[in-house]
Amino acid sequence: MMKMTALDRVLLLITGLLAAYQIVVGIDQLSTAPIIAYTIAFGVLLVAGLLLIILGFDVLDSPVVVIVSTIIPLALSLGLVWEHLASFRTLYLIFTIVGFLAVALTRTIPMKNKLPTITIAVVHGIAGMTIFLLPIVLAFQGVMNSAFALVGIGGALIGIGGLLLSFLKAGKPILSKDVILKVLPGLLLLMTVCFVAGFKFG
Amino acid sequence: MSTQPPIVNRKSKIKLYLPLIKSSQTGLLLATGIAGYLSAGTSIGLLTLLGMSFSLFLAISGSTIMNMWYDRDIDAKMKRTHKRSAASGELNQQEVFWVGMAISILGVGWALIIALPYGLVVFAGWFFDVVIYTLWLKRRTAWSIVWGGISGAMPILAGRVLTTGHIDLVGALLALAILFWIPTHTLTFSIKFREDYSNAGIPTFPSTYGETFTRATIAISSVLAALAIGWASTLIGISAGYLRLIAVLTAGLLLLAFATFRVQSEQANFGLFKYASIYMLSSMIILAMKAF
Repeated sequence: MMKMTALDRVLLLITGLLAAYQIVVGIDQLSTAPIIAYTIAFGVLLVAGLLLIILGFDVLDSPVVVIVSTIIPLALSLGLVWEHLASFRTLYLIFTIVGFLAVALTRTIPMKNKLPTITIAVVHGIAGMTIFLLPIVLAFQGVMNSAFALVGIGGALIGIGGLLLSFLKAGKPILSKDVILKVLPGLLLLMTVCFVAGFKFG
Repeated sequence: MSTQPPIVNRKSKIKLYLPLIKSSQTGLLLATGIAGYLSAGTSIGLLTLLGMSFSLFLAISGSTIMNMWYDRDIDAKMKRTHKRSAASGELNQQEVFWVGMAISILGVGWALIIALPYGLVVFAGWFFDVVIYTLWLKRRTAWSIVWGGISGAMPILAGRVLTTGHIDLVGALLALAILFWIPTHTLTFSIKFREDYSNAGIPTFPSTYGETFTRATIAISSVLAALAIGWASTLIGISAGYLRLIAVLTAGLLLLAFATFRVQSEQANFGLFKYASIYMLSSMIILAMKAF
């Protein structure tokens, strides 16, 4: 596994600090459900960043990574839907819980068919598109400040990161492993910057 | 015959003494003391804070040097520690003892001058570390870590006592949090270096009760540390945002502790060891925020 450079660690540390900032002050004005959802999303990002700093890229070899990395888009999209699409709240909450359990089960029980891949593609796909499209639509409609579109850009970045890692874990990497690991810390930071700025100024 | 200029000797001697104070451990304990002081949320007396920091730093450093002096024989038998200047014989043993005593007396004495209750807690920390843990129990029982833990819990209690003037529930909870956090730290360490400890004849949890029991102890003590930190944070009245952050960091600690118990790998063990330190330092910074 590629060794983590000092710059990688600095980028991950800044990512962690930004996630911590978002947990402490960035979501204070929201209602309880989005606060819980965003706390889980940014909390997983923070702890994952710390573990990457401590254990290096080796930690990505763990089978738990796929399950844990599903939590971030699911929780973020749930927070967005709860805040801005009141009529879909219950439906999306059910999707979040079922989606997470489906990913966890298909990754825990050994299967030879394509069900694990399909499950992760569906769950990540819906959550990712929600994070990408909803903020951009809201910003264009003028419901939210135009800076809120940055959350959508963050959603696109998390989608790219998720795809790169998922295909890598599936043994069919889109880019070489070294390239993915080289861009991952920067991608995580950029994504977090977009989220934090989008929530603050949006 | 050539003699080195005295300034070079002094510099090299300081270089030999510096590792004897275990700067990371001392720094972390000092951070807990400062957090304990700031957790009361009263106006910060800069001079008092400086006095507390220096006296605590000296008392902790003094007890660590005393520990290094007494344990030089077992340190010499362990791969991890045999190069320490007290164990390798680079420093005169009598000198190490007197330097340790002098720094200890300076630190504890200064603490007693600042405030009697604070000084007594600082002295208790020194006494538990040097006399109970190092001199009496470390070579006799694996449970010595409990007493080492009590000693490690004294700086945060001392800091709190300096502002409140007495031992209150929050202070006791903060001390308990450190006491229960210390096994997470030291037991993961004793698993990683079990051969070293075994070579030196030091009884540890892994050598006495096996790894499974040790990992279960780590998991349970992590839960207790998390509960104590959470309860103390609520009583201190830190903001909802900081409470959320503590909850997130605590969840990470608990998950890692249980992962270490289930997976039993060197990687998980090392991850928990490092994360536990970051967790404690972060918690201390969050508690200290109460003052600002």
